[in-house]
Amino acid sequence: MTNYEKYLNVFTKMFSVTEEEAVQLEYQGIPDWDSVGHMELVAAIEETFDIMMDTDDIIDFNSFEKGKELLSKNYTIEF
Amino acid sequence: MIWNFEKYRENIALKDEYGTTVSYRELLKQAQSMKQVIGERCLIFCLCTNSIGSVSGYASLLSEGMVPVLLNAHLEQGLLDNLVNTYQPAFIWSPTEQLDKYGNYGSECCFEKYGYSLLKTNFDKQFELHDELCLLLTTSGSTGSPKFVRQSYRNVVSNAQSIVQYLKLNETEKPITTLPMNYTYGLSIINSHLMVGATLLLTDKGLMQKEFWKFFKEEGATSFGGVPYTYEMLKKLRFFNMDLPSLRYMTQAGGKLIPKLHREFAEYAAQTNKKFIVMYGQCEATARMGYLPSGKSIEKCGSMGIAIPGGRFHLTDANGNEIDEPDMTGELIYEGDNVTLGYAECGDDLKKGDERGGVLETGDMAQFDADGYYYIVGRKKRFLKIYGNRVNLDEIDRLIKAEFDGIDVASAGIDDHMYIFVTDDKLSDKVKQFVALKTGLNSGAFHIVAIGSIPKNDSGKILYKELAKYYE
Repeated sequence: MTNYEKYLNVFTKMFSVTEEEAVQLEYQGIPDWDSVGHMELVAAIEETFDIMMDTDDIIDFNSFEKGKELLSKNYTIEF
Repeated sequence: MIWNFEKYRENIALKDEYGTTVSYRELLKQAQSMKQVIGERCLIFCLCTNSIGSVSGYASLLSEGMVPVLLNAHLEQGLLDNLVNTYQPAFIWSPTEQLDKYGNYGSECCFEKYGYSLLKTNFDKQFELHDELCLLLTTSGSTGSPKFVRQSYRNVVSNAQSIVQYLKLNETEKPITTLPMNYTYGLSIINSHLMVGATLLLTDKGLMQKEFWKFFKEEGATSFGGVPYTYEMLKKLRFFNMDLPSLRYMTQAGGKLIPKLHREFAEYAAQTNKKFIVMYGQCEATARMGYLPSGKSIEKCGSMGIAIPGGRFHLTDANGNEIDEPDMTGELIYEGDNVTLGYAECGDDLKKGDERGGVLETGDMAQFDADGYYYIVGRKKRFLKIYGNRVNLDEIDRLIKAEFDGIDVASAGIDDHMYIFVTDDKLSDKVKQFVALKTGLNSGAFHIVAIGSIPKNDSGKILYKELAKYYE
């Protein structure tokens, strides 16, 4: 699986959404992506990519796109 | 009546992240304006958010002797309709942007301030309100049952005074909102700080948002409260590495924090010269019943502490006799002026007086140690705390059965993880979505397990113990 597929997978599984829906997701855009869901999402992403995210990145992570950008910029994960 | 806004008229009472401020003098003025529009004491639904409009309206109404019912502004429409029709409020105080939700009840907006509007309803009949009735709250985390807790003026004043005393609050405090204001714990923070002329920092942003921490640092927040899940989130956020010089103390309530986290936060507080205060409460006791003094938070890790000033705890055994030896389990009983009047389940109940006489059977099973510190060890009733919200398991079963024809269901589990056993696998996803919608809680808390049949004894009673193997 490519990094993009892994990343996408975390979203579709976590929030029970289709791939088309996942790529457009934003924080609080759906009921399940609230603060509780965010914590679970971050935990799943950390586990998937074997990283530890910084506070600033966790609170900056407010959309599917933004997350991708943060992961490639600060954790050298290539998409 | 409860607060003295005049005394603190030069102080800032409310401040939000957009730079809006409201002084105590302005609160006093708003209260007078609203009173003029409303007239006589009456029942008013407040659709709450952590915003200036919401808090200033609530404080105004309460200080003018109106009886507010505090509800989440995002309450599902069906549940809201049910409550409105049951209690027939004279007015609704709501975010202006969602006024169209109440089109059925009235259209006359008679007062507007800070993005909130006061809507006059067209119910012609009003239920009688008992003279001592101060406000109404849902038991934390409602599934929309029309059951309210009736809190009296004496309840609210005495509890706020106790909190001011044991937390040593004064006008220099600046608590930042982390809990909904319609939640008893969140409201107790508002009530106690307005009592001492402090400044409430209001934001609807959460811990997981950059804007929250920006506001926190810019305004120099001095405290916040959290439920167990809040502290798990803070740990995940690497809270211990954050530089927060303005922070004086953190409180925790809304369920039992796992001892490991309790210890970590207590140690962090000790090392950074802050305080971490574990507390215990229920909506039925206004808000607060017990607290663990910060100086004991490491030594008595896992304990919820001692009774608040003016209150008393004791334990009773299965026969109702008081337990006087340490390390024995019994039901926790609380006595104090903050024990609420009772419940309301329909409009006619609003005229009822005190039904508890200052004594509350908490439904929690507890022990005390040789020094008199209390530890919660279990529960008498079938409910779970999900993200700090009380969720009644039997009520969940009833709601599911009413929604899905012919389904058999049994709910069980542990705090923050509810297991819902169903007999029809095809309905699993739908049940999950349904329960999340009805409770307004993240669906991650609900685990649906399809099993062949729900285990029952000969008389049809569900054998919950046999279900425990799925989650223990």
